[in-house]
Amino acid sequence: MGSLSLKNIHKSFGDVEVLKGIDLTVEDGEFVIFVGPSGCGKSTLLRIIAGLEDETSGTVEIDGELMNAQPPTKRGIAMVFQTYALYPHLTVRDNMSLGLKQAKVAKEEITTSVELATSMLSLEDYLDRRPAELSGGQRQRVAIGRAIVRKPKLFLFDEPLSNLDAALRVNTRLEIAALHRKLSATMIYVTHDQTEAMTLADRIVVLNGGHVEQVGSPMELYNNPANKFVAGFIGSPQMNFITAEQVGEKNAVTVGIRPEHISLGTKKGDLSGTVSHVERLGGDTNVYLDCGSAGLISVRMFGEHDFAVDSKLSATFDPSRIYRFDAQDNTIV
Amino acid sequence: MAAQTTMSRSPLSQQSFRAIAAHAILITYTLIALFPVVIILINSFKSRNAIFRSPLSLPNSETFSLIGYETVMKQGDFVLYFQNSLIVTVSSLAMVLLFGAMAAFALAEYRFKGNLLTGLYLALGIMIPIRLGTVAILQMMVASGLVNTLTALILVYTAQGLPLAIFILSEFMKGISDDLKNAGRIDGLSEYRIFGRLVLPLIRPALATVAVFTMIPIWNDLWFPLILAPSEETKTVTLGAQVFIGQFVTNWNAVLSSLSLAILPVLVLYLIFSRQLIKGITAGAVK
Repeated sequence: MGSLSLKNIHKSFGDVEVLKGIDLTVEDGEFVIFVGPSGCGKSTLLRIIAGLEDETSGTVEIDGELMNAQPPTKRGIAMVFQTYALYPHLTVRDNMSLGLKQAKVAKEEITTSVELATSMLSLEDYLDRRPAELSGGQRQRVAIGRAIVRKPKLFLFDEPLSNLDAALRVNTRLEIAALHRKLSATMIYVTHDQTEAMTLADRIVVLNGGHVEQVGSPMELYNNPANKFVAGFIGSPQMNFITAEQVGEKNAVTVGIRPEHISLGTKKGDLSGTVSHVERLGGDTNVYLDCGSAGLISVRMFGEHDFAVDSKLSATFDPSRIYRFDAQDNTIV
Repeated sequence: MAAQTTMSRSPLSQQSFRAIAAHAILITYTLIALFPVVIILINSFKSRNAIFRSPLSLPNSETFSLIGYETVMKQGDFVLYFQNSLIVTVSSLAMVLLFGAMAAFALAEYRFKGNLLTGLYLALGIMIPIRLGTVAILQMMVASGLVNTLTALILVYTAQGLPLAIFILSEFMKGISDDLKNAGRIDGLSEYRIFGRLVLPLIRPALATVAVFTMIPIWNDLWFPLILAPSEETKTVTLGAQVFIGQFVTNWNAVLSSLSLAILPVLVLYLIFSRQLIKGITAGAVK
């Protein structure tokens, strides 16, 4: 009851082409996340799916039905915005029920839908408050509630967590994950935060410069990135990229190795350098190693480690975890 | 330590000095602005001789007189004049706010060819005074048989108020988040409802500002009533007060009294709008 198919979507604003031919299918019940740097077109794509923006060419199908000419309200979607976009002059209850009232749904049905959504999001105590009297996290829950009440075929989330503080972000992330399990609804979620993408998604769509770089499950993208962009975008801290000559690699132009796949020691390794900075996070320790012409290498170690700044160390790469990229930045398999 | 205490004390005294200076400037300005109004008010309660003998003194038991107000009530149909003024002001205001807000919404919300040009064309009226077109307006009103009707005045004042209204309101509307309007679209609100239910309540402070700026020149205007609607039935208050200003003799008591009375309705309207204005501002601040 909620599949989506995009075929060859193009979008231009004047002379600027923002989307350069996007093809994508989302299966019923899937949680798909669009991720990419700012300006990659992910929000525009979401708006095109919602019908808030017209595509320059291409087709949007929801449940096999062509939706190009349908207004947002007829597409069977609900959207949660980054800025919450609650109606400031309406109470929480009215905010949630407005869409159904517009659709002329029977009163009792509206009441039960609103009750269901409020109990799911534990908003019972706030039903008669206005958005101004709620905290940021509560407002975002109301916005999610407003989406649930509509019983949409597709949930669209436009960076819903970016306006929340870090602790709240983790909580709301968990709530959204729980919600997806409970409703088993199709969700499309836009974010620039790769952690959100990794933790929530069934499938991640990595966008860059208006085209799809790679589509796959979080672990597929982590383990088998198609190119240098995906390799650098997924994973935190970022993958280290070193020119191939530095490590004596002949068949590649660039070599990539994730910070967690490097071990440090005093014996001779692949690279040697001086410690320029150490970040101690308790569970993890990030070490930045200045390797001269090879650049700054970040190393992520588990547990607590003590390295003095300016001490000399050598880095050894896990040979099975080295990625090789060609001149076009594509991964060499 | 000594240095520290003087350090912490000096900004305080500087602060209070600034507050005093700011208040002094504002109080001086208020006095200058209120002076003519107060002079009109106090002299409207004095006898004719007292007005000229000591124009600045307050009315006392000797000089107190209501002769001006009595003349105003007896001579001329001032109730009708007030009614005319109110009809003209309130109707023009309603039309300026309605059409101004609608035009502003279209300009701010929709991307279409000639959007910028249309906006500039509509804003042109801010720079060119409408009185330059008086002759053409009069010809138009004669041709359409609207001379000596309140409709003529309402139409002219609507045209006069629209440019500034559109300019101010479209700037405000551009500031309203797109997400909110899009949320409305997804919830199935029509563009009219988005305009009426979401956007208008949010720009209430701007509407009140525009209302005040539009209302006062209309209420005070003498030019267009004199030219377009000078007949007895369509006289406005400002025009009615001219009855007492003669070529040789001016009945100052009556002029001052009628002007004092003319302040009242506009003051009431102003209070209503400014309360709205403050309400709007505080509502926004709490959000």
